Amino acid sequence: MKPRATIVETASLTRRFGTFTAVDAVSFTVFPGEIFGLIGSNGAGKSTLVKMLTTMLPPTSGRAVVAGYDVVRNAANVRAHIGYVPQLLSADGALTGYENLLFAARLYLVPRAEREKRIRTALERMGLAEFADRLVQGYSGGMIRRLEIAQSTIHEPPVLFMDEPTVGLDPAARHVVWAHVRQLQETLGTTIIMTTHLMDEADQMCDRIGLLHSGRLQAVGSPKELKASIGPEATLDDVFASIADTGAGSEGSYRDVRQTRRSIQSHS
Amino acid sequence: MSARPAEAFRATHERSLIAAAAGYGTQVFAVADVELRKLMHDPTEIFTRALQPAIWLLLFGQVMAHVRGLDAGGGNYLDFLVPGILAQSVLFAAIFYGISAIWERDLGILHRYMVSPAPRTALVLGKAVSAAVRGLIQSVIVYLLALLMHVDVSFNPLHLIGVAALIALGSSLFATFSLAIACIVKTRERFMGIGQVLTMPIFFASNAIYPIDIMPDWLRGISLANPLSYQVDALRALMLAGGESKFGLATDFAVLLGVTAVLVLVAARLYPRMTA
Repeated sequence: MKPRATIVETASLTRRFGTFTAVDAVSFTVFPGEIFGLIGSNGAGKSTLVKMLTTMLPPTSGRAVVAGYDVVRNAANVRAHIGYVPQLLSADGALTGYENLLFAARLYLVPRAEREKRIRTALERMGLAEFADRLVQGYSGGMIRRLEIAQSTIHEPPVLFMDEPTVGLDPAARHVVWAHVRQLQETLGTTIIMTTHLMDEADQMCDRIGLLHSGRLQAVGSPKELKASIGPEATLDDVFASIADTGAGSEGSYRDVRQTRRSIQSHS
Repeated sequence: MSARPAEAFRATHERSLIAAAAGYGTQVFAVADVELRKLMHDPTEIFTRALQPAIWLLLFGQVMAHVRGLDAGGGNYLDFLVPGILAQSVLFAAIFYGISAIWERDLGILHRYMVSPAPRTALVLGKAVSAAVRGLIQSVIVYLLALLMHVDVSFNPLHLIGVAALIALGSSLFATFSLAIACIVKTRERFMGIGQVLTMPIFFASNAIYPIDIMPDWLRGISLANPLSYQVDALRALMLAGGESKFGLATDFAVLLGVTAVLVLVAARLYPRMTA
């Protein structure tokens, strides 16, 4: 049998900050078209892992290949092939939705003749067409998130990274964002890698999940497989609890708390 | 491999040198355009920024013009002061550019720049270009003030183009310097402290408000190493009717261009540290 093609692959990917190991020899693969979830508590290493995969932070050791390019040796090509929706607020509130998308289209060198069409399509796909000319500071949290997804996929990247995509959103807005993400994945075949600490989000959205704890990848599998490994009635929360027993270091740092609170504030 | 490579992206690789240069230009323009659109959405900043040069010229200039023994090269002190105040108002606006970079990092907007395929120098240059345009708007205001105060301003088109080039260069230089500092200090609180500490020496250890000749030797040395002195020197030659340059216009432009180029390279190297 032919081995299945992979779109993201890491081998013993490690990042240390001084003596602290934030990501410890993480190896995993993601297949094209999958929605892959990285779950773990605050400080588990999710953000550091995503920063390395999106070329913002160089690994201390190990290797990662994203969309066919090495994140260290070929960072510029990795960047051209990925979209990234940070947890923080990445849409500019002082610009309109249209201007935010125009900026993205230029930065990603979408050909001039196609820009207008791509921007209109992106606005419609995310249900923002009628708000295109309003300043983003007047958008709701859910609308901002959808705009951020639109602006980071304007170049139709094969891989999209999302950091806590629905943090701070109310349940209704959360479901709208999920529906749009799923639709994006179906129409463009985008591979999606998302971090979350919401177990129901991981359960509903992800084809496969990687469980991180203290920088190590503890388990990988579909939500069903992971639950079955614990017991017949188990939920993802049980899976999570079985791995992330409340040891020291799982409460998250001041910085984590500050960042989460701030992005909750800016998205609500 | 990837089932669906986007068309946009095929264009970003394997492209000719001309296409690559055009792409680079588009990315520089994208960054600058965003800043200017924000300014258009909320132009109050332009008016508040106009106050500072007005205060310097009206209060400081009027009094200092009566100080005897301040030899402003034989001419009237106000004429001597106007180019210095133009350079100063542009410097003060540019030197706090770094704080907006820190602000953008804190929000998350900077992450968007950093994960894009745009070369880091294009991002830094884009910021520099937007600083240059702001500087030019500022200069229009100082020209109007100068006219109101009957300063003998030169309207020779070549001189005006020269002044515009100097303002654009000076704004880019100090905005990029500020960006590099922001990348090192990383927090707003530290930047505010350092911004104040830097602005005063750059301004006072230059020929902006008094001639270099009356300085003690050690201060003269510092002034000669200060790019602002070269900007002001060239502005005196081009802004005023019958103005003269002390160092020579070629030297002035060469110093400003060289320092800007070095700073752009330094800032492009430091910029990614903001999001790491």
